[in-house]
Amino acid sequence: MDFTIILIAVLIVAGIGLIIGLILSFASAVMAVPTDEKVEALTEALPGANCGACGYSGCSGYAAALASGEAKNGLCAPGGEECAKEIARILGQEVGNLEKKVAVVRCMGITDNTEDKVNYQGVKSCKGAMIVGSKGQCEFGCLGLGDCVAACPYGAVSVCNGVARIDKDLCKACGLCVSACPKKIIDIVPLKEQVIVRCSNTQKGALAKKACKVACIGCKKCEKVCEKGAVSIEKFKATVDPYKCGGCSECIEACPQGSITNLF
Amino acid sequence: MIKGLISVFLIAILTENYVLSKFLGICPFLGVSKKVNTALGMSAAVTFVMVLATAVTYPIYMYLLVPADLAYLETIVFILVIAGLVQLVEIVLKKYIPTLYKSLGIYLPLITTNCAVLGVTMLVIEKSGADFTYLHALVNSLGAGIGFLVAMVMFAGVRQRMEACDIPKSLKGLPITLVAASLVSLSFLGFSGLVENMLG
Repeated sequence: MDFTIILIAVLIVAGIGLIIGLILSFASAVMAVPTDEKVEALTEALPGANCGACGYSGCSGYAAALASGEAKNGLCAPGGEECAKEIARILGQEVGNLEKKVAVVRCMGITDNTEDKVNYQGVKSCKGAMIVGSKGQCEFGCLGLGDCVAACPYGAVSVCNGVARIDKDLCKACGLCVSACPKKIIDIVPLKEQVIVRCSNTQKGALAKKACKVACIGCKKCEKVCEKGAVSIEKFKATVDPYKCGGCSECIEACPQGSITNLF
Repeated sequence: MIKGLISVFLIAILTENYVLSKFLGICPFLGVSKKVNTALGMSAAVTFVMVLATAVTYPIYMYLLVPADLAYLETIVFILVIAGLVQLVEIVLKKYIPTLYKSLGIYLPLITTNCAVLGVTMLVIEKSGADFTYLHALVNSLGAGIGFLVAMVMFAGVRQRMEACDIPKSLKGLPITLVAASLVSLSFLGFSGLVENMLG
């Protein structure tokens, strides 16, 4: 039995391991990236739901952004006020006014207002119906098959008369329904006194009107009547800037289609 | 020479696709192919590591293990080297290219012990010879990585489509995924002989 063969094999493997180990420890010492203790404390303070409501990639992403001063406090919807206080304590800041948010569905195409174009018999899921394109007259409207209902962990979404509705008291504005909706008709807006354009149809007025009784036809009456300049028309559809809107409801009265409503 | 390289590259992508023909790296193939975005990230990381790993393990095999008559240590040494290499790459990326580090994210450490990466480095050694040089080996691993990307992205598309289908209860989840994977793999068998005849 020749032990030198075994010895050489062991030495080579051990040698390679040693070299790699040395290089690695050297590299980690030389190229160490200082980690912020704050980030770890902040990650602890956050709820860990990784819902993405803050707009960052999960709780750790938000924690990093908070520590570097990039992100504002109070963006965490599930954590709410308690979480914001804890974050402020860690960062040594005052708790500012927290802006609550809520999800809204930009469609009012209930069965009274619009009709089905096809008799859809497929899978009971909006994603499935997207293969057909659209089942109703309006190709922008809510499909009402409840992908958002399934996505909501708080039970705030329900489908009523073929259109999704959001319970403002239960909604935590986590944004899961926004990403679940294949029609992209759910938005997160600040929870304040304001009006909401409940239509997503970007077709020309005549076509939109044909598709749905309460469709926004882009007539610009709301834009003219608004004193604060909060309303703008783009692609034949009104958009309201929630920060400019004071909720005076002038546009609601001016709208010939009734496609604008109050948030409350 | 260039013709040879192109043929090696295309063979690695199509005929000898490491996922669909050699059945290596099935775990990430099934695990991370639910969405096209994550599939892209994973494949980018795999391609990156495959090329790098081959670049390092090939010389180690040729100039250290073969002269010492220790070719049988190939597997264990390669695992060691690849794991160390990935760690090193991670440290370097974190320091100097944080954006790339972030976009590769969790996938980089995950593929340390991926069998597709190990498989590529070992099969390249098997192929090596007079007309299969170091450069060929590198091109082969690049092709293998891109083949992985093609398989992943294609399958992610299939799976996204499958989500909207009415699947019998007994087949839901992994069973139908495996059936779909086998069909995709079957379709890749159609490429056999294609490249050889095209460039031959």
